[in-house]
Amino acid sequence: MDLRFENVSKRFGERLAVEIPQLTIRRGEFFTFVGPSGCGKSTTLNLIAGLEEPSSGTLQLGDRRLTHLPPHQRDVAFVFQSYALYPHRTVFGNLSFPLELAGLSRESIRERVRQAAELLGLDPLLEKYPRQLSGGERQRVAVGRAIVRQPQLFLFDEPLSNLDAPLRAQMRKELRHLHQRLGTTFIYVTHDQEEALSLSDRIAVMRKGRIQQCGLPRELYERPVNAFVASFFGSPSINLLPAALAAGPDGIAARIGELQLSLAGLDAKILEAGVVTLGIRPEHVRVSREPLPERWPAEISLVELHGGQTILELQLGGFSLTAVERAEARYREGEKVWVVIPEERVHLFDPSTGNRLGADSPGPTS
Amino acid sequence: MPSWQRLGVLLLLAAMLGFILGPFLWQVITALKPTAELGQLPPLLPSRPTGQHFSTVLGTPGFLRVFLNSVVVAGGTVLLVFLLSVPAAYALAKLGLRGRNPILALLLCLSMFPPIANVAPLYLLFIRLGIRDSLLAVVLAHSVYTLPFAVWILTNFFQEIPDDLYRAARVDGCSRLGVLRHIVLPLAVPGMLSVGLLVFVFSWNEFLYALTLTASESARTLPVAISLFPGVHEIPWGEIAAAAVLATLPTVLLMFIFQRRIISGLTAGAVKG
Repeated sequence: MDLRFENVSKRFGERLAVEIPQLTIRRGEFFTFVGPSGCGKSTTLNLIAGLEEPSSGTLQLGDRRLTHLPPHQRDVAFVFQSYALYPHRTVFGNLSFPLELAGLSRESIRERVRQAAELLGLDPLLEKYPRQLSGGERQRVAVGRAIVRQPQLFLFDEPLSNLDAPLRAQMRKELRHLHQRLGTTFIYVTHDQEEALSLSDRIAVMRKGRIQQCGLPRELYERPVNAFVASFFGSPSINLLPAALAAGPDGIAARIGELQLSLAGLDAKILEAGVVTLGIRPEHVRVSREPLPERWPAEISLVELHGGQTILELQLGGFSLTAVERAEARYREGEKVWVVIPEERVHLFDPSTGNRLGADSPGPTS
Repeated sequence: MPSWQRLGVLLLLAAMLGFILGPFLWQVITALKPTAELGQLPPLLPSRPTGQHFSTVLGTPGFLRVFLNSVVVAGGTVLLVFLLSVPAAYALAKLGLRGRNPILALLLCLSMFPPIANVAPLYLLFIRLGIRDSLLAVVLAHSVYTLPFAVWILTNFFQEIPDDLYRAARVDGCSRLGVLRHIVLPLAVPGMLSVGLLVFVFSWNEFLYALTLTASESARTLPVAISLFPGVHEIPWGEIAAAAVLATLPTVLLMFIFQRRIISGLTAGAVKG
């Protein structure tokens, strides 16, 4: 069943925490709210769970109206960042708790707990107490307590951020598998753009309580609606440079520092903007040792090795750029190189509002 | 630690122990001394320990009644205080109550009043209500006095239970009261035991209210009864000491039973984790 937000807002006193005029999370989707801390993503999750009530608007799950239902009548399960395991109950007791409250028979409780334990590899831990478990095991128990209920919605509030990096990567995969197996709607909250991109079917990027952009991960990465979304995704983050547009002999050209970049494919309407913010992702900046006419001369000021890749900081005429290159190229600091910015990879934003410019601005060919 | 330092620590500990235990031991010795030796020193220890004072006390008509009164008063006070303080503390700690901080500050102020401050108004009030000289009056007075303190302490214990547990239990199917029953109370057992014992001991030992609000043996508690021990020509020190020792036993017993859980209760929350 689809979850629909209609004119939902939440205020804490004067402060607007969340405002979502319209949003539909589709049945079976892995949907992620992502954004910096304080953007309202956790509050949104609490609104869905019923741990907070919206100041206005309604939430609807299928034809059931969720708003003003207490949490335990909403048929949702919640996995917390802190895991929130009940310390006085064993793993079995934690898993069985929601079922006991639902009044299931002892046999069906045992059966459901057994199934969940099997699915998550918790069998050897059932008699242990939460304090005897490692972080990863606790995480699994928290997920287990959610799935035994067979709810209509799973809510995850930064469930992986207390784990160390290798475990996080592993749990990410497991969550994805779990979603495939269960086929239930997962609603996930994280501040980690990489996690959002790798896990989600669809993503909503939030900032200051509002959804900036909602779409497929690839869309958000390749066609960000504003400079905030553009710089939120990607590591290292997108290069944002002030540029002045002018008509030249071969169409429109952008002036960045002392250099000219031809943007021949652009519609002349864009010239009205005059000054823009030009965005180019580091992996789209091409660096080479071969001098060619359209290439810009640059000097490498910093080389950062990241295994198979190196991140280069380049000094050009009056500005700097970040680029990502394969490590085999063996670039050295102080080396003189040549740089190309492919026109079709350029994003243009309004420098005052940050909004993307030109409906047909040269986006990526997808 | 060098041995002379260790010796110093030991001496200090022995001195403190003596300071604390001394009066109690003196009481025990007095209770065991034959009447003839009561006013004499030496001997420090009774030449021939006697159970005479104990049997006199236990044989005194009404002693059992007064003992039971004390049990009822202290037990009743603990029950009433829990009944009122647990929901109050839960609301203060977990339910996002408005005006929470002023309420807590007020409670703290209230718990600092000495009993003498409200004993007279309570006396007049209970006469009006027609419950003076009843166990109920003593229970009410003790509850009124310990309630702010109990709410304050329990609020702190409940607050240490992470909010996420409250939220998890709500989503898992508990009502607000369900969370109290299934999560908060089981986790706050050490705190509850501490509060319960402190209230019990206060009520068990309390003298001023019990003296003022009771008039007859039917409502009198142990401390009052001991102070009124019959003595026409002399003060019966031996019997008083024996009765005091007997009166101390239940609290000592309770402390021994709950010792370990209390210790974890009193230190819980000192360090997070």
